[in-house]
Amino acid sequence: MARQFLSGNEAFAYGVRLARPHVISAYPITPQTIVVEKLSEFVEDGSLKSEFIHVESEHSALSCAMGASSVGARAFTATSSQGLLYMAECLPYAAGGRFPIVMMNANRSTALPWNIYGDQRDSLSQLDSGWIQAYAKDAQEALDLALMSFYIAEHKNVSTPFMANLDGFVLTHTYEVVDVPTQEQADEFLPQLKTENKMSLSNPKNLGFSAGPDTNTFFKYKEHTGLLNVKEVVTEAESRFEGIFGRHYSGLTESYKTDDADYILITLGSISGLVREIVDKLREHGEKVGLLRIRYMRPFPNEEIAQAVKNAKSIAVLEKDISFGNEGTVYTNVNSALQKSGISIPTSNYIGGLGGKNISPQEIENIFEELKQETSSVKFLGIEVR
Amino acid sequence: MKEIIWHGRGGQGAFTAARLLGEAYSLRENTFVLAFPSFGPERRGAPIRAFTKLDEKPIGNRSEISKADYSIFLDDTLFNKQAFDELKPDGKILLNTKAEIDDERVITIDGDSIAEKYLGLPITNTILLGALAAVSGFISIDDLTEAVKQSMPPRLHEKNIAAVKAAYEEAGK
Repeated sequence: MARQFLSGNEAFAYGVRLARPHVISAYPITPQTIVVEKLSEFVEDGSLKSEFIHVESEHSALSCAMGASSVGARAFTATSSQGLLYMAECLPYAAGGRFPIVMMNANRSTALPWNIYGDQRDSLSQLDSGWIQAYAKDAQEALDLALMSFYIAEHKNVSTPFMANLDGFVLTHTYEVVDVPTQEQADEFLPQLKTENKMSLSNPKNLGFSAGPDTNTFFKYKEHTGLLNVKEVVTEAESRFEGIFGRHYSGLTESYKTDDADYILITLGSISGLVREIVDKLREHGEKVGLLRIRYMRPFPNEEIAQAVKNAKSIAVLEKDISFGNEGTVYTNVNSALQKSGISIPTSNYIGGLGGKNISPQEIENIFEELKQETSSVKFLGIEVR
Repeated sequence: MKEIIWHGRGGQGAFTAARLLGEAYSLRENTFVLAFPSFGPERRGAPIRAFTKLDEKPIGNRSEISKADYSIFLDDTLFNKQAFDELKPDGKILLNTKAEIDDERVITIDGDSIAEKYLGLPITNTILLGALAAVSGFISIDDLTEAVKQSMPPRLHEKNIAAVKAAYEEAGK
């Protein structure tokens, strides 16, 4: 392994190179651009032997990846925000076709008002598209996710596309120290893609077919179980990963000082780094607080969340998202997890970081302070409602 | 944690300096760094800021730096009284200027003259890095020259390393 100083986008591109995809189809969009630029440089300098296809739109980028995947090729694409929405028609298509494509999404706000900065409204709006969704907290995890995502997506019990999310700018454009594994290690971790779900002259079959009312439910049920199988495969992939690379990951969630915590803040993505620092600070003052980071939004970690918060007095969900007319989508999912496990504690929802707005240390401290009042509510950080 | 704010205009290399400093610091084991620009569209000549955070433990807070150990100005037309508001109690301002500033918190260097001599261009980002190495003590001149070699195009190595060293000696006087 080699210590390198890379941005989140670059780290992800290094991870993709280590996975040796056969085909990369891409269309650039801020703040994703650097990942596809870097990959095109790798192809140009010969360090990555991939077919790099610069398509004319995001809709075509994913369609192209599906075409590649349908003949058994390992396919990668990347997008962000409006680009993700423009390819939205193709998302359930790829999932229903069970094409194990990997896509990086640089989380960015959606228009209008026009905004190129980071929030998570783009990917969370596509939760129901049938894709696996993971969220990285730093550049190292971004690289590691790039490598693991292919393993998980292509596993025969899963065969489902994988969306790896990086917070726009604060993760994609920030430089950090990253351990870059060797190609030998990566090859040991990630087997060649072998799938029966492909077009082949020796074994012809029908792909991308119709399924009427009589069989449709069957296919949708299979798609659902494929996603549920992800949990077990993530555990397997991470244990294998740790054996080769020595870095530990903790499955669908990551808990920090939750065991004896009275108050727990649940969040996802890179803001968890700040929350962790505030937890440490408040713990020094004897306050029993903890952090639960959601690493995977699909499949949703119902059991892990219930287990982590079952002894807490009150919890909050902080997310860079709002489902207009209701509440944050992560909050809805978390409440459902608690309800199914019979956990009845006050839960609050904080909407922050929209359109790239900074979330300050003081705001995180205030959330923990407000949790002591143990009332349920939905609040927008920085907006006082009188 | 050491926190450095870089002030420059688009094209002067403020973010490159922020990144080079981070890269130089990361050459040592058990170091953690975040280096990032103020995010947004970049325009030549417009004021921009960049940030470097250096620590010996992981850095979770990815926000812009509000109080710095060093606030560095590549361009003195961006310097004004508000600059003192973004300093920690013992924080210093490192200013590229030909003027003399009578304030113990301000360290000045005539980076433009060094740039003229060694680079033939009014680009002072690596020069201010050399000056920072001389006055701060948390980054060595050897690590800085190594970072220049690792991350700048080869044709720029010799000139920039000479400029970094000249600034280091000038600021160390």
